[in-house]
Amino acid sequence: MTDPENKSSISTIDIYEDVSDWDVNAGGNKVVAKRMTGRFRKLKWFGMSVWLVYFLGPYVRWDGQQAVLFDIPNRQFHFFNVTVYPQDIWMLSLTLLFFAILLAAVTSIAGRVFCGYFCFQTVWTDVYTWIETRLEGDTPQKAMKFKSAPLSAEKVGRITLKHSLWLIIAMLTGLSFAAWFTDAFQLWKDYFTLQAAMPAWIVLAMFTAGTYVFAGFMREQVCFWLCPYARLQSVMYDQDTLLPAYDAERGEPRGKLKKGQVDSAKGSCIDCRMCVAVCPTGIDIRKGQQEGCITCGMCIDACDSIMEKTNQPKGLVRYASYKELHHNHDSIPVFKRPRVMIYGLILMISFGGVVYGFTHLSPTEFQVVPERQPLFVQLSDGSIQNKYTLRLLNKTQHPIEVQYRISGLEGATLHGLDDLVHIEPGRINQLTAFVRLEEDAVNQAISPLIFTADVINGPDIQIRYESMFMGPN
Amino acid sequence: MADNKNNPHEVSDTGHEWDGIRELENPPPRWWTISLYLSGLLVLVYFILYPSIPLVTGSTKGLLGWTQIKEYHRGLEEIQAVRAPFEERLAEMTAQEILDDDEMRNYVIASTRVLYGDNCAACHGVGGQPVPGSGYPILNNDDWLYGGTIDKIVETLAKGRAGMMPAHANLLTEEETDKLVKFVIDASNGEATEAGWKLYNEKGCFACHGADAKGNQMLGAPNLTDRIWRFSGEPDEVRRTIMHGVNDANDPRTRIAIMPGWNERLAVKLEAEEFGDDPEDYYDGTETERLTETEIKKLAVYVHQFGGGQ
Repeated sequence: MTDPENKSSISTIDIYEDVSDWDVNAGGNKVVAKRMTGRFRKLKWFGMSVWLVYFLGPYVRWDGQQAVLFDIPNRQFHFFNVTVYPQDIWMLSLTLLFFAILLAAVTSIAGRVFCGYFCFQTVWTDVYTWIETRLEGDTPQKAMKFKSAPLSAEKVGRITLKHSLWLIIAMLTGLSFAAWFTDAFQLWKDYFTLQAAMPAWIVLAMFTAGTYVFAGFMREQVCFWLCPYARLQSVMYDQDTLLPAYDAERGEPRGKLKKGQVDSAKGSCIDCRMCVAVCPTGIDIRKGQQEGCITCGMCIDACDSIMEKTNQPKGLVRYASYKELHHNHDSIPVFKRPRVMIYGLILMISFGGVVYGFTHLSPTEFQVVPERQPLFVQLSDGSIQNKYTLRLLNKTQHPIEVQYRISGLEGATLHGLDDLVHIEPGRINQLTAFVRLEEDAVNQAISPLIFTADVINGPDIQIRYESMFMGPN
Repeated sequence: MADNKNNPHEVSDTGHEWDGIRELENPPPRWWTISLYLSGLLVLVYFILYPSIPLVTGSTKGLLGWTQIKEYHRGLEEIQAVRAPFEERLAEMTAQEILDDDEMRNYVIASTRVLYGDNCAACHGVGGQPVPGSGYPILNNDDWLYGGTIDKIVETLAKGRAGMMPAHANLLTEEETDKLVKFVIDASNGEATEAGWKLYNEKGCFACHGADAKGNQMLGAPNLTDRIWRFSGEPDEVRRTIMHGVNDANDPRTRIAIMPGWNERLAVKLEAEEFGDDPEDYYDGTETERLTETEIKKLAVYVHQFGGGQ
């Protein structure tokens, strides 16, 4: 009795059932997460508080100047008493490398800690939803009730207050960003007197709009559909990675409380759906690890509180590795995992490079560029002349006097330079110099030649630059 | 999530069904739809503001009146505004003063590259070194036909130059020509013989090239005793120069070596100043100015800084 059509429709029904079980959060329903206190909630507040540095940092002064200032018009980066010029930008690359690998290392050890506790999207969204739940109710039911309530002065007042607070935070975010790039106090004055420069207004407008839209309206949709990190995370996980996970072995089969008691025939999960209610991205952790999980641990706090109330041991939902949950044995210690070791090595190298860079910042930058059109010229007495452009950047805070000399090539003489060259702080001095060599002394097409700049006044600085002297074959 | 929009049992379909598989009408996310419409709106705004719809001859102009050439001119005005203070000072300074001022000299070296490339590099080469054997004078060595001071370079640029060496094909026997060729090459290496010097003087070469064969900058006669060749040091080429001369109108095989004048008005002015006269008395109103006086000064400094300026 096999009816092929019937059979296929049975299996497609199965597929439909399966699909309907896997909800795709495309923003159709607003997530209203319940707020609960707990260990991880505290940790989240702590992680979020780190962002106060972003808001307050620009007002820190050092030697009467803004302590950290990215001075783009003057191409200088001030970091306390250190000034970094574009020539030292390689340190920025290492800094970026450090943080990128740090992200990967942390992800491999404990999942998306960054997402759950530090990411600006999480932090700003958390603050925005905190305001919203205070004003409009902290459960989907209350929020729905507020939404469907008839229009009243109080309702309009609450909605207005919510958007005003959102906009104030958004504008503060934009203003604080701009404050890292120009004098912070002056910037406030400029904004309030409407004198700010066009880039400052653009930054303010973009950050205000971006914060308001991303944290106010898009929220977890950014994590789901915009953030590349969410897509990369799975390759950084392994079976030893600690993740918020539901202990299905202990929890299943789930069942409601019977007469206020846990049903002894069922598992520990009483299917109260509290873990779902508190989730800021609206997922059900009991379905296992999934894309929407930002590993913030809110569900752990929620479940622990329920376990406490029902007199069961905590940790039905907990930070656990796949190995611990499914193979029942402990994870490999962190520093015996190859990928953690490799990440650690890269972290140390990049961090070491940045430290080296900061402690070995050269007070000058010296460059010798040989002329290439032509490579060399024969003079009337037959000697060979090469032309060079010398560039010296004075990165100190004081004017310097420099004397140039050459070495490394027997018989070569330096021409066309003044005895002493004066260079103002922060300026590049560019000079043309000629080196001559008797025709008989030219015995190869390319000879090494060393230019040395001696700083005569102030610190005893000698800067060498290895260049070339070109001649006929 | 309380509701589940993706439950296939609750989603309407298009009515298409194949083997039990229904084509559902799941709408895309609202934020996605909104951004699609917003981008469409942006296209509309662009169409209104900028030239967009192609017509038979041209296109719609757009409310902003933007064109590429206007943008180019705006950019040009911007760069000229940056240069203006320098250019104004340059107009007031002599070439020598520019050379002595570090800031102005660096500005000229940086900003004259294009001017030199457009007007000079075709013959003299980008770095003042022409293609070997092309016969154009080298500008970056210390050998100068008419003098390498900054004022002489200005004069050369303004007036232009055309040296003259008569053809000697009818004045010398073949043997004498051979000997003079050898003498010129030997002199360049500092190995000239007594007999060579004797013939050099007998044939009157000294009249232009000097008794010591070191040339004459008044005439543009080159120095024969240095290592620099005006044309070429190959024996056949030296022979051609001796036999057919340079710029000798009577010899069809003569070498042509003419530097055009770039500012006749400045040339006249320099001449008047040489005699202590008022240049206004000298002008006849027909003087051409292919390059401005400021441009001549900039080029003179640029050439002077190639490495051979004196």
